[in-house]
Amino acid sequence: MPESSETTKASSVNSAATAVPTAPPLAGAVAAGTLPGDGGLRQEVAALAAAQAGLNIEARTQFQMARARFLHHRMALIGLFAFVAILLFSTIGPLFWKYSYAQITTQFGTGPSMAHPFGTDTVGHDMLAQVMAATSTSIQTAMVVAGISTVLGTLIGALAGYYGKWSDAALMRFTDLLLIVPALVILLVLASAVSKSAGNWLWIALILAGLFWTVLARLVRGTFLSLREREFIEAEHAIGASDARIILRHMIPNAIGSIVVNATLTVALAILVEAALSFLGLGIQPPQVSLGYLINQAEGDATVLPYLFYFPAAFLIAIILAVNFIGDGLRDALDPQQRIRA
Amino acid sequence: MGTYILRRIAAGILVLAIGTFFLYLLVSLSGNPLANLMANPHISPATVRAARIELHLNEPLLQRYWTWITGVLQGNFGISTTGQSVGPQIWPRMWVTLQMVIPAVVIAAILGIGLGVVTAVRQYSITDHVSTGFAYLFFATPVFVIAILLKDFLAVKVDNATGHTILYTIGQNNPGTTGAWSIFVDSLAHDVLPVMTLVLITYASWSRYQRSSMLDVLNADYVRLARAKGLSRRRVLYVHALRNALIPVTTVIALDFAGILGGAVITEIVFGWEGMGRFLFTGLTGPVSPDVNVVMSALLIEAILVIAFNIIADVLYGVLDPRIRYA
Repeated sequence: MPESSETTKASSVNSAATAVPTAPPLAGAVAAGTLPGDGGLRQEVAALAAAQAGLNIEARTQFQMARARFLHHRMALIGLFAFVAILLFSTIGPLFWKYSYAQITTQFGTGPSMAHPFGTDTVGHDMLAQVMAATSTSIQTAMVVAGISTVLGTLIGALAGYYGKWSDAALMRFTDLLLIVPALVILLVLASAVSKSAGNWLWIALILAGLFWTVLARLVRGTFLSLREREFIEAEHAIGASDARIILRHMIPNAIGSIVVNATLTVALAILVEAALSFLGLGIQPPQVSLGYLINQAEGDATVLPYLFYFPAAFLIAIILAVNFIGDGLRDALDPQQRIRA
Repeated sequence: MGTYILRRIAAGILVLAIGTFFLYLLVSLSGNPLANLMANPHISPATVRAARIELHLNEPLLQRYWTWITGVLQGNFGISTTGQSVGPQIWPRMWVTLQMVIPAVVIAAILGIGLGVVTAVRQYSITDHVSTGFAYLFFATPVFVIAILLKDFLAVKVDNATGHTILYTIGQNNPGTTGAWSIFVDSLAHDVLPVMTLVLITYASWSRYQRSSMLDVLNADYVRLARAKGLSRRRVLYVHALRNALIPVTTVIALDFAGILGGAVITEIVFGWEGMGRFLFTGLTGPVSPDVNVVMSALLIEAILVIAFNIIADVLYGVLDPRIRYA
């Protein structure tokens, strides 16, 4: 996967890119092996070459360039395609499938067959219907988590980074507090509180969002702290722009790359953590099903009825892989400076 | 450096004090330990009342917190809702968890750093691509899926194929094993799968960090200079490059400790180990829960470990990179 791994080298590639017009440094970079297979850079080099040859090139907006870079990221496109396919499967699939996820058939613990492609569990549920319902619950929960934590994180990070002082101190101290205990452990405590009363997916989503926003808030705060000192913001102040206008029209667009990438990665993280909570019996409660719950149910019979485990586990891994690839592609497209974790 | 460490420890204690206060409120308010008793029609209101007094639930919340924190400072972790003293259970359970976590961290660090170096030196080779592929796969696989795969598929197949129980899937040891050597071998056989689980979920991100920092270093001017001076490739790689490339990953490993403890909770539950994670989990979900003294003691120990490793990470950074100076 050369495209996806390339971002690990983003910093040196970028420094090479600034040196493009003078040929020797670029040649040196190629010789040193820093550039092979980098689609984005090759494009930029080609564009520069075209410019030097006196050809007209149209200026492209930030969005157009990002889209072009994303579309050149093969794994990201595969991830996007897979994610859309899984999303359609889990949302539209149940409309066309003869069994509903709560329906109990007369088949108990039968393996995959024509009537039940994913088999049935020991209670008699059709596993295909169960997996479809579980997948949509998992994705739905993760989307809500990503949505809420992105809005909250951006807002609070922006306020802390822009105004500083006590709002900044409060944010940093709060996130410090969250850092002292493994996140999963805090989630266990919170989830055990709601799972006893109402094991609703929305509650789980709210709890996850309540913990996840801090990552983005710190990120946005950092970006804002450095943006605040830049000349174009000073110029905005000078012409009398309001704080709201500066934040919304000038600073957030400059931080949009890391916000979008973080939102995507939050989806993957939320699916993983929700699955872990449900696996421990503290997440989504029956009659609702989620992938973690299905895997929990399958564990007891895993040696006898392995397909009960394989299908939900495969879907869980496939969704997270797909979302991670999309995130990588978005990072390469929107936020080339940020280092990649994967 | 000494004053820096002392200051960090002082700040850590402050965060602990505030953190445990909020956690205590959170855990206490997360449920009613008497809910099961009250729901049982065969239990008289008098019994419930007696239980309430015995568990000090009739006292105000702040007073309960004060009793708990002053007790902890004197080494008394209180009594669990099942009537056992919490303190004496902590160390044996901590020992069980560390039996899983420490070998996992050591193996994952060696594997991660080794793979990171190899994939950086041979960038875009087959090894690099395969390693990247596995890294993505392990990022996307939840810890409980790996644990179940190892337990119910790998271990059962291995044990069936050999006709002996080589890999144990439940518990941290066989009670009743005698003799130092037998106890060691027995623990080892129980240790393999949980350690493997933790290694697989951890090593991947470390190998990626190591790869990227190694690549940075390999492209640095001083490495090119060292080669230009005529030093052997091996010497440049392992003496000049690796030494510097190890700095970022060392701190990452120390900081990831919290995550590994979190993963250990699930691993303990799947493999039935009676460690700290299971202690916490039964304290939260057992019949008389939340068992505040049990949950809080587990949270406190984990919080102390996380803070300690955060300080170690920062100190290590200064030791490894002389350019960093702590005032």
